[in-house]
Amino acid sequence: MSLFAVDGLSKSFGGVRAVREVGFGLDAGEMLALIGPNGAGKSTCFNVLTGQLAPDVGRVTFDGHAITGLSPQAIWRLGIGRTFQIAATFRSLTVRENVETALLSRAGGLRGFWRPAAGRVGAQAGALLARVGIAGLSARVCGTLAYGDLKRVELALALAGQPRLLLMDEPTAGMAPAERRALMALVASLARAEKIAVLFTEHDMEAVFSHADRVIVLDRGAKIAEGPPAAIRADARVRAVYLGKDAVEPRR
Amino acid sequence: MANFVVQFLNGLAGASSLFLVAAGLSLIFGVSRIVNFAHGSLYMLGMYLAWSLTEAFGRGSAFGFWGAVVVAALGVGLAGAAIEVLVLRRIYRAPEMFQLLATFALVLVLKDAALRFWGAEDLLGPRAPGLRGAVDVLGLRVPEYDLFLTAVGPAVLFLLWLLVNRTRFGTLLRASSENRDMVSALGVDQAKLFTAVFFLGSLLAGLGGALQLPREPAQLAIDLPIIADAFVVVVVGGMGSIGGAFVAALLIAEAKAMCIALGDVEILGAVVSFSKLTLAVEFVVMAVVLVLRPWGLAGRPPVSVEGQGAAAPPLAPPGMLFWPTAGLALMAVAFAPLGGDGYALVLLIDISVFALFAVSLHVLMGPAGLVSFGHAAYFGLGAYSAALVFLKLGWPFPAALAAAFAGGGVFALLFGWFCVRLSGVYLAMLTLAFAQIAWSVVHQWDEFTGGSNGLIGVWPPEALKDRTLFFWAVLAPCAAGIGLMWRVVHAPFGLALRAARDNELRAAAIGIDARKIRWIAFAAAGALAGLAGGLFAFSKGSVSPEAMGVARSVDGLVMVLLGGVNTLAGAVAGAAGFTLLQDELARSTDYWRAALGATILALVLAFPEGIVGAFKRGGRRAGSVR
Amino acid sequence: MSNANMPKLPARRALIAAIAAFALPGVALAQEPIKIGEMNSYKIFAAFLEPYKKGMELAVDEINAAGGVLGRKIEIVSRDDNGQPADAVRVAEELLTREKAAFLIGTFPSNVGLAVASFAKERKVLFIAAEPLTDKIVWDQGNRYTFRLRASTYMQTAMLVPEATKRPHKRWAIVYPNYEYGQAATAAFKQLIKQKQPDAEFVVEQATPLGRIEAGPVADAIAAARPDAIFSSLFGADLAKFVREGTTRGIFKGVDVFNLLGGEPEYLDPLKDEAPQGWVVTGYPWQDIATPEHAKFRNAYQAKFHDYPRLGSVVGYSVVHSAAAAIRKAGSLDSEKLVAAMKGLMHSTPFGNITYRPQDNQSTMGAYVGKIGLRDGKGVMVDWHYADGAAYLPSDAEVAKIRPAE
Repeated sequence: MSLFAVDGLSKSFGGVRAVREVGFGLDAGEMLALIGPNGAGKSTCFNVLTGQLAPDVGRVTFDGHAITGLSPQAIWRLGIGRTFQIAATFRSLTVRENVETALLSRAGGLRGFWRPAAGRVGAQAGALLARVGIAGLSARVCGTLAYGDLKRVELALALAGQPRLLLMDEPTAGMAPAERRALMALVASLARAEKIAVLFTEHDMEAVFSHADRVIVLDRGAKIAEGPPAAIRADARVRAVYLGKDAVEPRR
Repeated sequence: MANFVVQFLNGLAGASSLFLVAAGLSLIFGVSRIVNFAHGSLYMLGMYLAWSLTEAFGRGSAFGFWGAVVVAALGVGLAGAAIEVLVLRRIYRAPEMFQLLATFALVLVLKDAALRFWGAEDLLGPRAPGLRGAVDVLGLRVPEYDLFLTAVGPAVLFLLWLLVNRTRFGTLLRASSENRDMVSALGVDQAKLFTAVFFLGSLLAGLGGALQLPREPAQLAIDLPIIADAFVVVVVGGMGSIGGAFVAALLIAEAKAMCIALGDVEILGAVVSFSKLTLAVEFVVMAVVLVLRPWGLAGRPPVSVEGQGAAAPPLAPPGMLFWPTAGLALMAVAFAPLGGDGYALVLLIDISVFALFAVSLHVLMGPAGLVSFGHAAYFGLGAYSAALVFLKLGWPFPAALAAAFAGGGVFALLFGWFCVRLSGVYLAMLTLAFAQIAWSVVHQWDEFTGGSNGLIGVWPPEALKDRTLFFWAVLAPCAAGIGLMWRVVHAPFGLALRAARDNELRAAAIGIDARKIRWIAFAAAGALAGLAGGLFAFSKGSVSPEAMGVARSVDGLVMVLLGGVNTLAGAVAGAAGFTLLQDELARSTDYWRAALGATILALVLAFPEGIVGAFKRGGRRAGSVR
Repeated sequence: MSNANMPKLPARRALIAAIAAFALPGVALAQEPIKIGEMNSYKIFAAFLEPYKKGMELAVDEINAAGGVLGRKIEIVSRDDNGQPADAVRVAEELLTREKAAFLIGTFPSNVGLAVASFAKERKVLFIAAEPLTDKIVWDQGNRYTFRLRASTYMQTAMLVPEATKRPHKRWAIVYPNYEYGQAATAAFKQLIKQKQPDAEFVVEQATPLGRIEAGPVADAIAAARPDAIFSSLFGADLAKFVREGTTRGIFKGVDVFNLLGGEPEYLDPLKDEAPQGWVVTGYPWQDIATPEHAKFRNAYQAKFHDYPRLGSVVGYSVVHSAAAAIRKAGSLDSEKLVAAMKGLMHSTPFGNITYRPQDNQSTMGAYVGKIGLRDGKGVMVDWHYADGAAYLPSDAEVAKIRPAE
């Protein structure tokens, strides 16, 4: 059984079937992209996968645990890290404090009321910041960072929990092209080196096709294709969805 | 039965009055996000203006009254616009809640201005010409003016609906309340829009006041109860929802009328006095509504809490000199009274107690991001706990203090469980509701709490009769409590609190249970406020319901905001500054309230980050030059 | 301004005092005035306390013009207590320590009065409570250092009861402000009525938030109970609202109304021509009291302030005279001597002679009981008589039971 298994997932909003019977699996160290045109149900699907929305039908399991209905904290404790479409960090804390918060949380240390937080996990924090390439920014307050750097802080936050699965909602949205490539390369190398499974949604096809091991395409809530990037690129239905029917079936 | 029908009609008239003043507040909040504390003062101004104009235009004539109502409403509208232009516009960029401080200062100024201008005596206006009589309803008489008021509410609601939904101005209002940046990006002059909204909202307050003149005399004490009522209506209805405010006004006015109609009722052998419930019925309604519907009846949950207002400044770790400096400062404070007169001791005791109280509130408002309008509840409940165990069980002074700590903490734990489920102004109002409910119980439970008189004779033991010794006995727990809070804020728990304040979703995604840690913080803050209250009771020899009244909560807010909401030292400085200022001004002028308000206003305009905040920023800037 | 050259105020005062002492040895002028600390809720109960302050000023003028007491002038140092017991205790401390006040007078609401009374006991300093009406301040929670000038809630209620029982009323409605004063008045009234008319029924009781009465609903609720008579202890804005809403609804027709304090000019005058005629009230008919001591007071007051006296004026004026009389009798500023002097102290007030009873420290100052009438479009008291407080106080045996031993 896969590390992360999704089975027969459906979700409707007042008659609109946003997600229909979606199922797939994801293994350690694998990068899986979830794509689809606007309104394909990516966001809803992603929110169900992260436990934020409850599905009408279907199961989402991680390492054998059903995660549907669990609190975000419990999901995180299982070893699932996530990033948000708009980078979510603690903007009044310094970069180092951001990461220290997450590391302390992992170590169960946030219940400390007396000993100062500063420096408790300093070495780990430094190493983590170096891993995502922002060691030089550690003393900066998050609220003052450039967006690309914020995305890296967020990645560090997600990694601080030593996750076995990373869920990333449009990880490169809002970034400059060069930054995008660098970030995706970083994620891919981390995933491979540390055997982290990564599921990400993405608009940027370059990011998808150069880094994903496998791609799932959604259209109108249903999975229409799944496979390695090359196969997806060639898939007629995918082409139809993205490029319009005409591109595949020339007008007779 | 006829009685209940008539009472229902009474409720309708009351609802109209409530709605008028609440609609203006809701409008202003919806667009500017300003919690306008001075709204009740504008209402009061409307009453007084209408009274003066009626006298000037001719007391008996129809024009005299109705003309006065119109002119008074317009006049108050202009006053509101002036307040926006002269004061509030300068501090839009300041941290949230800072406008609240400014409008609170205006309350003080306007009250003394009204006293100066209209005098202390209540001024009863004339009955409304043409509507002096009453009509028979089921054998009981209903005043014509009540029926008129009953119609005014829905009429104003309809006009506002037209304005918001059918005019370009309304489109701007709606757009602005949904996305301010977008509206200004589209080239709308936001300053003018805000001025217009303040004019309109204030006009409604003035109209509400003027129309109330035939029902009650213009009086100075009306401002705070009215603002409390208006807040309750707006929050119960859902912030920014005019229709919701209307329903809420109806609900609350009817609840009041029915409590009065029921009077004393025997339930299961015990007589329950529903009329006594009128002391807090609106707060009971609010608490129930907010517990069941965290965003009021017609309110919508905020889309995202992130990205609103300015980010709090980071919390710098203590430098090498921090502890030595803090220690020296403490020693200096401890030995200061040896040189001064006896009164210096009294002031230092007060400052110590209020510093602890303000710091406990700061922890909620700063690191935890929870604004409380009812923090005095825990101060007062702590004071009562100490007084009760001291007087009734004969516990010694230290044990009584422990009881104060526990009392404040237990009630904070209880009320906090509900409060931390809410956010923003809703949370603030729920804290207020609990505080008012607790106040009304303490106020009326004669046998146990001494009722409105409170508990008398809570003096320190013989060993601490010497004032200096007593001061040290107060200073020590206060300093310890403040020190503890400082440690907590800098400890991992404080980090988690600040993280959850900055971004709740993100915090949840790294395993932080925001509700739980906020609940703990709320209880801890309540316990320390309780300890402060216990010390307060012993320093004054008594405790009365005022110790947990709205005024005490507002004092706490002012202290925290004055010093700068984001620094613990600011709360201490704010407590000291406010206590000394009030003491000094009260002695030097009869119009000390206005003087206090003017001083606060000047400070707000000069240092929109609070005194300590500005000081720190100055220090940082100086540091960066080097 | 040449501030820099000028000595600071106390120094300057000392200088003047020194010169005066040198030039006129042994003359009263050389001495600092006797300071009396006074605290009150000037901003909260402004309508009563502005005239009160004027009354105090008048008394101070009179006393000082007559040479002061013990050869020294007196000075009242006033502070606002903000209506808060805690603030009152703080300013009391300030008055004693910084201003070196000899003792304390003043206060308005019950809770403030009681808190200062407790403080006076703790600090062993004389306190003459001028206005608080609570019975507890001299009875349940009385102490040897605290004296009270005004006729208490119980006394004034007792003054109304003989009027209320002149006619047999079976069904009573009661309305009162929901705090100590209203509760105590209601309890005393019910007790006293039951003693005289055991078959009387209390058909409806409305406790209204102070200053925030929902007058319309309350009036209708009272009417619905069809009472023969109403006992009210409302005052101020609550009273005005109740009168107007009740009149419009016609609930007072054929019903006798008895209203504590309703004849006090502070609360009667704002009603103007709507003053409810026929209501039986306690109060102060300043226009018509013709006794020499009152005429003298009224004339002096009107001459000084170009305004007529309110009840607050009488209270402020009288409490300062009590203070001066106590100092005169004690011949000293020593607390214990002052307290001893206050016991049984008798002096003249605009209402006639009063005595501070030694057994409970309550003065015998009375109140005027009468009906409300209209004159020149204004409410006045008619058919009034003076009810001497001494006649409405409990016996020594009863006092011994309700007052803690000293």
